Parts: sequence; structure tokens; C-alpha cells
Amino acid sequence: MSRPLDNPNPKIYPKLEEKLSVNEQIEDIPRNADAVDARRVFELLRNITDPEHPLTLEQLNVVEQRLIEVDNEKNQINVQFTPTIPHCSMATLIGLSIRTQLIRKISPKFKVSVTVTPGTHVSEAAVNKQLGDKERVAAALENEFLCNVIEQCLESTEES
Amino acid sequence: MGVLELIQSLEGHKGRVWNVCWHPSGETLASCGEDKSIRIWMHDKSKWVIKSILLEGHSRTIREVSWSPCGNYIASCSFDATVAIWDQKSGQFECNTTLEGHENEVKSISWSTSGQLLATCSRDKSVWVWEVTDDDYECAAVINAHTQDVKKVRWHPEKDILASASYDDTVKIFKEDTSSSDFICVATLASHTSTVWSLSFDKTGNRLVTCSDDQTLKIWHQYEPGNEMGIPTPDNEPVWKCVCTLSGYHSRTVYDVDWCKLTGLIVTSCGDDVIRVFREEDDSDVHQPTFSLVCKLDNAHTQDVNCSQWNPVTPGLIASCSDDGTVKLWSYSD
Repeated sequence: MSRPLDNPNPKIYPKLEEKLSVNEQIEDIPRNADAVDARRVFELLRNITDPEHPLTLEQLNVVEQRLIEVDNEKNQINVQFTPTIPHCSMATLIGLSIRTQLIRKISPKFKVSVTVTPGTHVSEAAVNKQLGDKERVAAALENEFLCNVIEQCLESTEES
Repeated sequence: MGVLELIQSLEGHKGRVWNVCWHPSGETLASCGEDKSIRIWMHDKSKWVIKSILLEGHSRTIREVSWSPCGNYIASCSFDATVAIWDQKSGQFECNTTLEGHENEVKSISWSTSGQLLATCSRDKSVWVWEVTDDDYECAAVINAHTQDVKKVRWHPEKDILASASYDDTVKIFKEDTSSSDFICVATLASHTSTVWSLSFDKTGNRLVTCSDDQTLKIWHQYEPGNEMGIPTPDNEPVWKCVCTLSGYHSRTVYDVDWCKLTGLIVTSCGDDVIRVFREEDDSDVHQPTFSLVCKLDNAHTQDVNCSQWNPVTPGLIASCSDDGTVKLWSYSD
């Protein structure tokens, strides 16, 4: 892409593997693969590639486990994501990648909401409204160009 | 409390079913969705069966279908930015007319009661009115009144008055300006705090119910110039006032609402998988009406309910459809 990057030098955060000891990693993986908790959702999202950088959403601190809420009783998943900069033009696209990954990997019984972490984006309300509108999300996912970009972002999640 | 009893679940669509529409005779139902097909279901003896599947009219999701008032045509609109008109002159439904003009996804479609006007709306923020004469469709107006994606268009049950609902949180009312023969916006209904997904007139056309992403329903009343309540009508046009807000009943986005012309009952379709029925109370004051929830069916579908529509002939018969891929038929009784 020839357009200038929104955030040419993002701060890079350590990955989960670098933070946890080997034992902790094994212990934290849920025994029942169907059980959904914040950790499992985080696992699905953390390796999504940023649309601008060859870095994961985890490395850019765009997704964090502490900002994921799972309510198994109400079948509800709320994910907050934090754009790297407050005027990030990629915010909707990142949210769309997160949403697409959850549509694909999580049981459809869950009601998923994907929103910007409050106070971290200048167009927070507009981005949230767009991501909350399932009709516009459905139409976006039928758009070939957008779909290709999202596929590229999600490709890296298939490795592990 | 009323009861909703499942009559039959109609399976066949692949993926999300966006919309259902009853034939004016009430004996046939059309449904459409993500799988780019229109399915026609008919009542045969004791069961509802698939009568035909219409394919190849659209290259993307079919968002809405609508029977013409005469029952001979189906109009469908799609994310592919076109509108298709299907007729059965050859004995089976065929798409012989495609209407183009919208810049992107067409979200809704509605025939006027006379069948002579067709309205469409789109994510391109515009509402189009088409004039229909003997299988010829001519664009009569392009209305750019909304500032965002337009979700729904519906004609008044008697007059050539059009209402539209939008992502810009408003509803607008349009009618033909007699001097210029152009459609103009005569009222903007502002009160919802998020996307207005759908709307429905009552049988008189003097009232409107709207539903929204803000999880409320609103009832609007039309006040004509010189009304006895003394409501000012500055432009000598009727004024629409929100006379009732039903909040606290829905726990997620309300995607559709239908006001039954036979019984006066209101049915809603919600993102919490629930179908709800509301009834106006007997002693309700028309200027300050009260509605009560008379039925709430949890898990009516296993995913979001996208549309529920009252049968135009059989009181209490409802068709609904959902993201879960099913169309369901229900019987409501008090």
C-alpha cells in the first residue's frame, strides 16, 4: 500500500508466551474445548494481524484478555479493543476482523459485541454503531475487497 | 397473557433469513435471505409446503421481498444494489424486470396500496419512488433527505404517503408536492437515540409504530392542521408527535415491528431471540396511549429474530424468520 501509515512506529508489547512460564501456559488451556471463557476468546483473537503492521493485535495491545467479558449464562461475549492511536482509520477494519473471527469460531448462540475501549478513539460512537449493525457487517463481508483484507488479517490465526 | 403456539417450522434456507412477506390472500408466504433465494411457501391441506424457489435474480443477499397488492408480482431488493420484479405470466415466477439506480445495498421495498408506486431505499442514503404502469417502471423521484443508510420504507395504508426509517435515528414522511409533482419530506420524526430499523402504520394510517437499536418502540400520532388538541402545524402540514415510548421490554436491538390491521396487535422481532406481542389498553387515551405486553416468547428462534409479520387475512397468524435459518409460523391467542 502506498498510503502513509496511520501509526508508523507503534509501541510493541510482549506476547503471552513471553509473559507466562511453561507450566502456566499448560494449566491455562481449558480442558473442554467447547468451554468458552475470556482466555479462549483471547486465544482466538490475539494472533490476528494488524492491517498496517506485521504484528499481532496482542503485540500492539489492541486486544487484551482483561477487556474480554464472557457471560455463559446470558450467552454474551463483549470484546473491547484499543486502537493504537485515537484517530486510527483502521479501527472499523480491526473491529470487523475481530467480529469475523468470532462469527467463524464461536457458537452462533453467543451474542457478540465488539466495541472500542471507551475514550480511546475520536470516532468511538460511530465505529461502535457501525460494528453493532449486523446488516452493515453482513454487507461488508460480501464485499470482495474488504473480505480479502480481512482474510489476510486472519490468516495468521490459523497456524497454531 | 396471550399465548404464541408454534404451527410449523419451515426449513430450507441456507444461512440467515432476513425477511418474510404474506401474499395479500394470506395463503402464500415469501421468504428471502443470505442464500440469494426467494422461497414461496403454500398452505396445502394441513401443512405448509415449499411451492417454488426463485434463484438467479440477485448476485448477493436478498434483504426484503414484497408482494404487490394485486398478488401477481413479487419485488425483491438486494445488497447487489438492484431491485427485481418477478411475475408469473409464464406460469411460474420469473424475473423479467430489474431496477437499477441505487449506488449500493438496497435495504427495503414497498408497494403503495394502489400498486402504482414502488418505493426503495438504500445504504446510499436515498429513497426512490418508482411509477408503475403496465410492467413499466419509471423513476419518479430520488429523495435525499436522510443523512445515513436508510433501513426501511413503508407506504401509508390508504394514501400515497411514504415513511422511511434510517441509521440517522430518524423517521421521515414524504408526499407528492402537487405543484412540482416531486416527492418532498413533510415531517421528520426525531426521538429515537439510535438506528430506526423498522416501522408500521396502524390500519387508519394516522398512527405509526417504530422500533430501534435503542431497544424501544415508539408510537407516533399524526395531528392535522386545525386539530382539536391545538398542536401547532407550522407549514400547514400534519405534524407527527411521539405519544408513547415502550422501553424496558426489549433487551437488544428491535429489528422489526408490525402493527396488525385486523386486530390492532403489535408484534416485535428482537436480537434477543424473543417475539413479543403488545396490545393497546381498552381505556387508552389516543393522545397519550398505553400499551401492555401481552405475550413474550423466549427462544422463539435460536438466534436473532429479523422479521415477524401478521397474516393479512387470518387474525393471530404470524410468520417470523431468523438468523438461525428458519421461518416459523405461529398462532397467537389471548
